[in-house]
Amino acid sequence: MTLLEVTNVSKSFRGLRAVDDVSFTVEEGSILGIIGPNGAGKTTLFNCVAGAVSPDTGRVHLGGTDLTGAAPHKVSRAGMARTFQLMKPFGSMSVLENVAVAAMAHGTPRRTATGTAADVVDRVGLGHWRDARSDGLPTAGLKRLELARALASRPRVLLLDEVLAGLLPAERAPVMELLETLRSEDGVTLVFVEHIMAAVMRLSDSVLVLEQGRVLTSGSPQEVTSDPRVIEAYLGEEPTGAGA
Amino acid sequence: MSAAVETSAEPRTLPRPAWGRHLVAVAVLAVVLAFVPLVLAPAQQSVAVRVLIFAILSLGWNIMSGFGGMFSFGHAAYFGLGAYTSVWLLVEHDVSPWIGMLAGMVVAAAFAVVIGFLALRYRLKGAYFALSTFAFAEMLRLLALNSDFVNRAVGYNVPLRSEGSWAYMQFPPGSANYFWIALALTVIALVVTILFLRSKVGRFTIAVRDDEDAAAALGIPVMRTKLLTVALSGAMTSVAGTFYVQYYFFVDPDIAFGSSVSIQAILPAVIGGVGTIWGPVIGAAILGPLNDVTATLLRNPPPGLEFLQGRAGLDVIVYAVLLILIVLLLPQGVYGALRDRWQRR
Repeated sequence: MTLLEVTNVSKSFRGLRAVDDVSFTVEEGSILGIIGPNGAGKTTLFNCVAGAVSPDTGRVHLGGTDLTGAAPHKVSRAGMARTFQLMKPFGSMSVLENVAVAAMAHGTPRRTATGTAADVVDRVGLGHWRDARSDGLPTAGLKRLELARALASRPRVLLLDEVLAGLLPAERAPVMELLETLRSEDGVTLVFVEHIMAAVMRLSDSVLVLEQGRVLTSGSPQEVTSDPRVIEAYLGEEPTGAGA
Repeated sequence: MSAAVETSAEPRTLPRPAWGRHLVAVAVLAVVLAFVPLVLAPAQQSVAVRVLIFAILSLGWNIMSGFGGMFSFGHAAYFGLGAYTSVWLLVEHDVSPWIGMLAGMVVAAAFAVVIGFLALRYRLKGAYFALSTFAFAEMLRLLALNSDFVNRAVGYNVPLRSEGSWAYMQFPPGSANYFWIALALTVIALVVTILFLRSKVGRFTIAVRDDEDAAAALGIPVMRTKLLTVALSGAMTSVAGTFYVQYYFFVDPDIAFGSSVSIQAILPAVIGGVGTIWGPVIGAAILGPLNDVTATLLRNPPPGLEFLQGRAGLDVIVYAVLLILIVLLLPQGVYGALRDRWQRR
């Protein structure tokens, strides 16, 4: 069943077409990887889907509900969570409070929110830092906090904007494992933007390649990485090694 | 996924919020301070009442600007609306100031929501937001100054009664009841602050202050959260206005809506600690007596400072120096600095 449907979405900023007539669909319980060179419009596309900006044209449907141009908090409440590439912690709060707020925003009562948050914090491997002030976390911790907050909202679709970037190779493996569990055990549908090709190859059921705001191609990871246009536009010479 | 993140420098650990302990502290403080009128001379008692008025004013400011992160330079608007609403109801319609206080809270909250909506709708931030709040307060001052409806520059005198009356919040000069009422109002403002912070809306408010985009993306209705915050802030500050008029028997547009009121809402919080529960109260306790200390100093300077005899404006200088010292040495305010020291132990 198609869960997320993005149809002919375009967005311009001062005449620059950041996203140009992009369409894609995501099946429930699947993982879509979005790749593309810097400036290809990946983050803008995310912002259009998540409601942070309204697309100029096109539509976004989640499970049949039209969410085009809906405010971010409404998109979130409809079951779509996102993380930010540049991490945005609630700096004055502890890790646990950050996650508890996200749980409360999705109807968990105040009294039980801390317990719910503690489970999620443990799950993403931040248990050791649950009482740490969040603006003191290093990058790896902040990336996991982004993930934890998004998870606390119990989303149907999770949009991940470069959750692996900035992590050491040794730190990536557990995050990738977590993403796989989310899909297999929690049935969460994932859409992720990533530069690290090893992760895209391993996790994605299908891959969407953006270039200059447009869909260059899409298909299985194998199809996409063997497409000569993709190799030329984005991957350079060594597809599987790039960025890893 | 169990592998913990490697640690180089350990981030600072925050204590779990202890709302219960704060509430107990408020209760203890209330009981202790209730005995103050028994030991203070009437002149000192009026200083104590002024401290409490400052505290309520600044506790209100702290909700919106400290916890909400929306810096207001126009809290005179809410103070003045509380003052004028209640005194107008009292003088023109013989309505008890207690009811006037509630009416003032409603009017101030409504005004806060309207100007909050306008300022936020047009995405005013930082200095521009602060200036817009200042402009709205000035607008009210000019309106009051120019409308016959509220006696223009003359303002209002509270009609004096022959005997004390709880219903009319009026007591013989020097009555300890004024102190107790002000204390009760301060305690309520503190309890409301604590309960607000503990509540869902309060948690949302802090989240929105810390990062609006992240808050929205997590499902927090940003605009509604901000408007609730400014409404609560305006209502709380208006109480100080209502009580002020009942205590000093007089209000005019400058007293109610002048920018010095807005500054008096900000200073206690800044000195005590912006965005802390106790900051405004501590700041008010420091600032309130300053006027009298400096006035006494000017009247009877100690040996060596005779040149101060009969000068004016020392309080302003002391305010300024104190403020500079606090901002330089204790950027988190007195309470913030003490709390940090305590936590590091």
